[in-house]
Formats: sequence, C-alpha cells, structure tokens
Amino acid sequence: MILQTQNLTRRYGNLVAVDHLNLNLHEGEVFGLLGPNGAGKSTSLKMLTTLLPPSEGSAVVAGFDIRHQAAQVRRVIGYVPQLISADGALSGYENLLIAAKLYNIPRAERERRITEALEFMGLHEVAHRLVREYSGGMIRRLEIAQAILHRPRVLFLDEPTVGLDPVARHLVWDYIRQIRQNLGTTILLTTHLMDEADLLCDRVGIMHLGRLVACDTPQALKVTIGKPDATLDEVFIHFTGNQLQNATGGYRETVRTRRVARRLG
Amino acid sequence: MKLSERDGLPVVWGETASPSPVALTLRPWAALWEFLYKTWVIAELEARKLRHDPTELFTRAVQPALWLLIFGQVFARVRAIPTGDLSYLDFMAPGILAQSVLFIAIFYGISVIWERDLGVLHKIMASPAPRAALVSGKALSAGIRGLTQAIIIYALAALLGVDLNWQPQALLGVTVAVILGAANFSLFSLIIACLVKTRERFMGIGQVLTMPLFFASNAIYPIAIMPAWLQVVARVNPLTYIVDALRALMLSGGAPAFSLGVDFAVMSVTTLVLVIIAARLYPRVIV
Repeated sequence: MILQTQNLTRRYGNLVAVDHLNLNLHEGEVFGLLGPNGAGKSTSLKMLTTLLPPSEGSAVVAGFDIRHQAAQVRRVIGYVPQLISADGALSGYENLLIAAKLYNIPRAERERRITEALEFMGLHEVAHRLVREYSGGMIRRLEIAQAILHRPRVLFLDEPTVGLDPVARHLVWDYIRQIRQNLGTTILLTTHLMDEADLLCDRVGIMHLGRLVACDTPQALKVTIGKPDATLDEVFIHFTGNQLQNATGGYRETVRTRRVARRLG
Repeated sequence: MKLSERDGLPVVWGETASPSPVALTLRPWAALWEFLYKTWVIAELEARKLRHDPTELFTRAVQPALWLLIFGQVFARVRAIPTGDLSYLDFMAPGILAQSVLFIAIFYGISVIWERDLGVLHKIMASPAPRAALVSGKALSAGIRGLTQAIIIYALAALLGVDLNWQPQALLGVTVAVILGAANFSLFSLIIACLVKTRERFMGIGQVLTMPLFFASNAIYPIAIMPAWLQVVARVNPLTYIVDALRALMLSGGAPAFSLGVDFAVMSVTTLVLVIIAARLYPRVIV
C-alpha cells in the first residue's frame, strides 16, 4: 500500500467535511475520488498533501506519516490544486525552474528535466511566454508538468479537468495515463465527472457528505448495483441516494469553482 | 517525447523514494543551507515577477518624491523643527527613505492572500521548502523592492542637494538597513495577513497601521520634541531604529541618536522573531 488513511477526519466547527475516511491505494494505480462539490474530496487531498492538519485519524503516504513526517511526505508527493497554481506573472519555463529549485533537483539535471517536461506537455514553443497568456488547457498541462518534475511517488490531482473544454480534457487524460505508464506514479485524482472516472481510474471511491460510501473498480461497482452496463452516474446515484443535484457545495465553493472555470475558459 | 528516469535510474526519486526518517533529520548545517537556499529561491521568484512588470516600483516612488519635493521644501523654509547641524531636507531624506520602505513592505502581506485565492500558495506549501524559508524569501524580496526605492530616493536627494555620504561602507550599511527594515514590516504584514485572511480586512488594518507607525517615529521630526507619551511609543517603534541607522549612514554629517549597534541589533532581533512567528502562522492562511 502506497497510501493508507485511518479514520481521517476534518471538522470545521460543527461541519464534518471529511468523516472517518479509510482509503488504501495500491502502488501504480490511478484512483478516483468521486463526489459532488462539498463532498470532502478537496479537504481530503489537502490533508494528504499536509496542507491541512486532520482533526482526527491519520494517514501514511509512501511510508511517511502525514502528521509527524510532513516534511518527508512533501518530498515524495506532487500536487496540482483545484485552483490555478501556475504563476501567471512568470513564463512557463520560469514556473518549472522555480519548481525544480524548490524540489532540489540537481543543477546538472534541471535543464534536461525542464526541456523534457515542456516537450512532453507540448509547451516548448510557448515556454518563454507569460503564463497569463496561456489557454486553460495549457495552464493545466504546465501545472501537471510542474508537479511531476521531481518524479513524485504519489501525484494528487484535484479536479484536473474542471473548466476545460472537451478537447483539452481528453489531452489531460492522455497525459495522466502516460505519466502512470512511463513513471509508474500512483495517482489520486478527484472529480465529479463520471466519464472521467470511468475512463481513467482503475478504482474509484465515492464520497458523499464527507464519507466514503463505496470503493471498488468501476466495473465491480456496476455489478454491485445489479446493472453491469450501468453508467457511473447510476452507480453514484445508487450510493448517494439521488442527491446529486442537492449537495452542490456552499457559497464559497461555488465562487471558487466558477472563478477557476472563468479563468481557465 | 517520453519522460524518463535517466536510463532507468531514478535520480531524484532515488534520493527521495526510500529515505529513512533518521537520514532526513537534517544536520544543522544542511538545514541552514536548505533554509538559505529556499529563501533565495522564493526571492528569485518574486524578483522575476518584478522584472516582467516593474510598474509598481515607479508608481510607489511617487509618494516619497512628493514628500521630499513639497513637504520637505516647505518645512525647510519654515525652520520650525530643530534638527541640529543638519538642514531640514538632509534630516528628512533618510526618514522618507524609511517611510517608502515601510509603505512598500506593510502591504506586502496581501500578496499571500492573493496567492492563496489563486492557488499558487497551495502549490508552494506542498513543496518541501521549509516554512521559515517561504516567509523569509518574501521578506528578502520586500528588501529588494525597498532597495529599488532607495535608488530613486538617493537620486532625488542628490538633485535636491542633500549632503549624501557616498562611502562604500556607508552604502553597504544603508543596503543592509533597508533590507532589514523591509523584512521587518513585510513579515509584520504577513503575520496580519495570516490572521485576518481576507483582502478587505487586511487593507483596513494596513491603512490603520501605516500612519501611526510613520508619525510615531523620528522620520520627519526628532524624538526630543515629542510629548513624553509619544516618545515612549517612538522608542518601541522599529521604524525609529531604521531611520536612526539610515540618518547616520546616509548623510555626510549624520550621527545616530542611539548607536548603530543598537539600531542593527533591534532590526535583526525583530526580524528573527517575526520570521519565527510568521513561519508558524503561515500554514493557517490556507485553512
């Protein structure tokens, strides 16, 4: 197990954002955390990336405890937040350069890795343009490139395709598959798009109101509900009791999602 | 193009994939080096942004220019303020440099709120850079901004006939004082940002703080002419010590009211304390 959580819980006042989450990820798999906005996906990722201390419970990422070995955890993970994390005031190349330095990639190795990442992501021609002139898809690709520069063992992608058009979305999916294939990176992504989870993930976990209500391969989940040819949407509705429309997150969440969508689109 | 692990050998991965927790408890020197290097990287990041868009540096210079050209010229004629052997304009020039360092640094904390709202901060916080380096990097880059203001104010002061001290050690001293001063106020500002967390509240508090800090200091009049209670405030105001050091170093006829040792000790100790506090509070801005 490359990632294990034990009763991982986060409370904000009375609200339980993540409620005793128990997850186990196998090395090299693509795992999708599925759920509507406000289900606790981003909060889970923030805890696993050591940005947010858990209120209760613990987790081990690549052998390190997120509470007591946070610094070590940070060395072996890559993280692409849901919000836009590439710096618009810098060029794509500079963004990668700073990331390389923050992750202590040796000087001799730095340029080669950056060139490789730019070419891999199809960004070499715009490398020296300011990121604020990039399209949404280009920004996401740059962010993913940044997050894998140091060859993390676990890559966390928070809603990697939110706000992207279908073409850009498919491109991002291709890159995610290739990263796993070429580098063997374990990938934990969150999404509320069922087709994304179905196409991309070896296993999915369905989160609802902070709890993990189901966890298996998409196929097995479909069998569980007695409809092998069901869509993941149907699986989702089965496990969450048809509340897909109601539980769409609070005001703050909505503002954020829309802001990201606007800036990417 | 495929991503490779350099002929199958994981380079960085090899170092990070299976480090024993013991090996990672860095030796003191390695930890210090890591801290300094990451501080430098964060400052480099900020400097690169400034290079792409230096507009702010020029708009920021307008206010101190007005103080020197208008307030300074008028009060030099009035001769209302006892400034000893110095002309009023000479007396005031270091004060205005300190003021512009204060103004450019005290609102710097808002950048962390911006970065939080954008998502850039999440990325940087998930990187292995020590928290203390993240905040001191910001402080150092405020210092770089302060230095650009110093260049502009030196040029203006020279034009106005202020009797500047051009000796290399004096210039070096001014450089250090400006960096420490900017670090002081930018860290203070970062701490406020981490506590209030929203732009609106931050701007309100920033406005409230700036003027008292400026007027309760020796920037444009000596402490000696203040009422007793204000003298007490001025003595605990870090700006006073920055002005005192700048006045001694920047002018040919300048002398410190305290001593340069005291001035630099106060600036260094407050910077250190503020780095420690800011590093502790920094992760809170995300929550």
